[in-house]
Amino acid sequence: MLDKNGIAKRIAKEVKDGYYVNLGIGIPTLVANYVRDDIEVEFQSENGILGMGPFPFEGEEDADLINAGKQTITALPGASFFDSAMSFGMIRGQHVDLTILGAMEVAENGDIANWKIPGKMVKGMGGAMDLVASAENIIVAMMHTNRAGESKLLKRCSLPLTGVGCVTKIVTELAVIEVTNKGFKLLERAPGVTVEQIRNATEGTLIVEGDIPEMQLN
Amino acid sequence: MIKKTVSNVQEAVEGVHDGMTFMLGGFGLSGIPENAISELVKLNLKELTCISNNAGVDDFGLGLLLHKKQIKKMVSSYVGENAEFERQMLSGELDVELTPQGTLAAKCQAAQQGFPAVYTPAGFGTEVAEGKETREFDGKMYVLEEAYKADFAFVKAWKGDEAGNLIFKGTARNFNPLMCGAATITVAEVEELVKPGELDPNHIHIPGIFVQRIFQGKDYEKRIEQRTVRER
Repeated sequence: MLDKNGIAKRIAKEVKDGYYVNLGIGIPTLVANYVRDDIEVEFQSENGILGMGPFPFEGEEDADLINAGKQTITALPGASFFDSAMSFGMIRGQHVDLTILGAMEVAENGDIANWKIPGKMVKGMGGAMDLVASAENIIVAMMHTNRAGESKLLKRCSLPLTGVGCVTKIVTELAVIEVTNKGFKLLERAPGVTVEQIRNATEGTLIVEGDIPEMQLN
Repeated sequence: MIKKTVSNVQEAVEGVHDGMTFMLGGFGLSGIPENAISELVKLNLKELTCISNNAGVDDFGLGLLLHKKQIKKMVSSYVGENAEFERQMLSGELDVELTPQGTLAAKCQAAQQGFPAVYTPAGFGTEVAEGKETREFDGKMYVLEEAYKADFAFVKAWKGDEAGNLIFKGTARNFNPLMCGAATITVAEVEELVKPGELDPNHIHIPGIFVQRIFQGKDYEKRIEQRTVRER
């Protein structure tokens, strides 16, 4: 079973040379730490920077330089700043190659819910609805089950949707799963995790074909 | 040159009154019009509708207006950092219209540029699209989103000149340029107000035609919401 850093490490392998990547808040942010250093990748943060760098050194924080999680960041050589319309123009216009974000629920048809729990939690969707409506390559990073132990990979989402039929891949602490038109297709198991464990933690249709390999993290 | 300068924030907000709709620039606490917000708090205006990506934090930014219950309706994309906001919203005291961030930007820009509405794929199939016209283009579904209408836009820039030309800095740019000219009156506050000719015309982000009033701001706190650093 993986921890959050393990999930990020596995997703980092999906990041290819020459990609522009948008990382959501939470586990997705950690992906930047594990991208191979022999490839060229630029991170976009939807509040208005392309070429986002690591956190600044202490004493060098700048209130005018933050990421979408409102954290202080740096700009790498070759970076650019832009307004929110241009930023979402990059996203809507499908110029961003890969979007990695968290979710509360994903359905077997690719629907995603991650912005609202009616009557309890309403933080807003931020840029998530724009991202999932336009991106062609969307990886969800999340835990397989919620705190109550209930599956987050469902037949149908129970929470208000963020987007419909948009998720292409899911990486959890248990598995790598592809969303197909027939349901969740199991691609890889986390180290030490059995197919049975994954099946038990998945409410939606789980397609298992042949031997399922264990994830290679390095 | 058409001069847009006013001498202070009091003069800049002249004409505001209860029940108006305001646009306010900023993302989180970055690039918010701190001087204008302070003045609106002082004036104790009520029943306001505020269009702004976020709602500040409990004791800063738009949180100051929320704290005094000056806001009737908030139009935002993300409001997660503000406990008082969440309390007022869940109790029904505050009307909230949550809009996808890119759509919010597009609705401001549409108002600025004279488009009555724009089609966006964001929110299709979700409750955001309920009651709105949808249409298919090339096999994909889109939602028709109308341009915002506002009485005042309050924006913050890094540098500006007496003609109202503006330059923004870093990610403090965000929604600020899109709100210029998107309301009846646009008020820009700047960290550094300079004489015409001192800004290179090649570097202007927003031409002065979109700005009605500009003033030299003061006492900027520029608070950092999440201070994250790495080891040397």
